[in-house]
Amino acid sequence: MSLRGRGAITGIGETRYSKRSPHTAFELQIQASLAAIADAGLDPKEIDGIIPIGITGAPAEAFVTNFGIPDLRFSALSPMGGASGIGAVQIAIAAIEAGLCKHVLIPAGRNVSSGAKAGVRIHQMPQFHLVTEYELPQGAIAPAQLYAPMARRHMELYGTTSLQFAEVAVTMRAHALLNDNAVMTKPITIEDHQASRMIADPFRLLDCSLESDGGAALVVSSSVRARDMPHPCVQVLGIAEGHPDSPSSITQRGDLTRLGIAKAAPIAFEMAGVSHSDIDVAEIYDCFTYIVMCQLEDMGFCKKGEGGSFVEGGRLRLGGPLPTNTHGGLLSQGHMLGINHIVELVRQLRHAGGRAQVAGAEIGLVTGYGDMGDGAMAIMQRG
Amino acid sequence: MSTQAEAKPIPHPTPDEQPYWDGAEVGFLRLQHCAACKKPRHYPQLVCPYCYSCECEWVDATGRGTVHSWTVAHHAFHPAFKDELPYTLVTVDLAEGPRALGRLDPSAQAELRIGLPVRVTFPRNAEGTSLPVFLLDDDA
Ligand SMILES: [Zn+2]
Repeated sequence: MSLRGRGAITGIGETRYSKRSPHTAFELQIQASLAAIADAGLDPKEIDGIIPIGITGAPAEAFVTNFGIPDLRFSALSPMGGASGIGAVQIAIAAIEAGLCKHVLIPAGRNVSSGAKAGVRIHQMPQFHLVTEYELPQGAIAPAQLYAPMARRHMELYGTTSLQFAEVAVTMRAHALLNDNAVMTKPITIEDHQASRMIADPFRLLDCSLESDGGAALVVSSSVRARDMPHPCVQVLGIAEGHPDSPSSITQRGDLTRLGIAKAAPIAFEMAGVSHSDIDVAEIYDCFTYIVMCQLEDMGFCKKGEGGSFVEGGRLRLGGPLPTNTHGGLLSQGHMLGINHIVELVRQLRHAGGRAQVAGAEIGLVTGYGDMGDGAMAIMQRG
Repeated sequence: MSTQAEAKPIPHPTPDEQPYWDGAEVGFLRLQHCAACKKPRHYPQLVCPYCYSCECEWVDATGRGTVHSWTVAHHAFHPAFKDELPYTLVTVDLAEGPRALGRLDPSAQAELRIGLPVRVTFPRNAEGTSLPVFLLDDDA
């Protein structure tokens, strides 16, 4: 049995993204969830599966209580940080296909301006206890510092440059300027990137994603039901998650330049039955600029080591051969744990992408990256 | 701002991990080895991933290795590290096989490259913790 074409994203919802929201993370999740459920043409009481996202996510019970859901048939978690959203979609489709439930809500929301920043969160997670014990006391605290050695190794082995990182940052910003719900609203240049202060060498400030407040949510249903729902069906053709070698410690990973998505991508492409040249639009998890190019390599868009030159020449820009992060991404739209990437792909395939619409987009892909290198990807198709 | 908030994070080892810190305190990089198949591993873990034995022994490593990668911290994500900026964290391929993360001594900064031979020391910091600092290995 394959999940090819069995499930669809039938509802999408987002709040405003901002640097500081007066609403709690749960309020933001509720707002986004109500929007996604309405977008799917459903009543909240029709939700019978819930997969909350993120360690700040409210438990399924909180949604049951607040929506008065009479019969929740299924709930689960996908603990992969920024790869959890796609992991949750995979779980949802499998559960629906198995007959466990009909409509799965995937809610996410965060209020980081009032709570723990990314640097602190990792060290509260038991699966990274050894990083907290052996690396944190030395001053290896935040993801920027933990991920930087992967980028540095890539630069030393393959000649990848900070100017190539800048291509990614500038492209994401250009796309964010087309998005009315983007936190960043001013254009940047390659020179701005090069002049931005060093955070964790080789990562400059403009290599790092935003910390954002907001909420985003999805509804997943069967493709059969989706064809009777309000919007054009966006079905999931291929989906997979992959865990990197040494998933709890980057330091101990044999190949620092290979992420979990390297294991997921061949499975997702084979399931979908499409090739790289079929991809009209890509939403690629961009917690850091380097992580975008590493995923492009790991997915097979180019050879290992060629990600830097691959992103040059406007390849990822709207109008280029592989328009990427048409919403502005985590780097410039907002950091919503990659749920905003899934929302944007659905929008593109509904042909509701506004000023950032890729004309005639039929097939697209979305990736997630989380924690110490977990990866996930989905290939979706209109129709 | 309380002094509590400024304190550096310190290790909180479980009993299984304590031998590493006992070694650090006397200046040795102590690694877990499988008692059955003798393969070394780091960081500590319960089971040997090669033969699945749960028995292990702790052996002092040579403390020598080569630089695998690095990052230079220019931003303090914790206030206690602000006065130390910039500092370099090196990922080191130990001669025994596993890797270690440590500070690079500033005297080696100018020579930093992949493959640079280094050796470990464990100076005690103000918090009373002995943490790995790598120096150039002149004998390599
Ligand atoms: Zn063994």
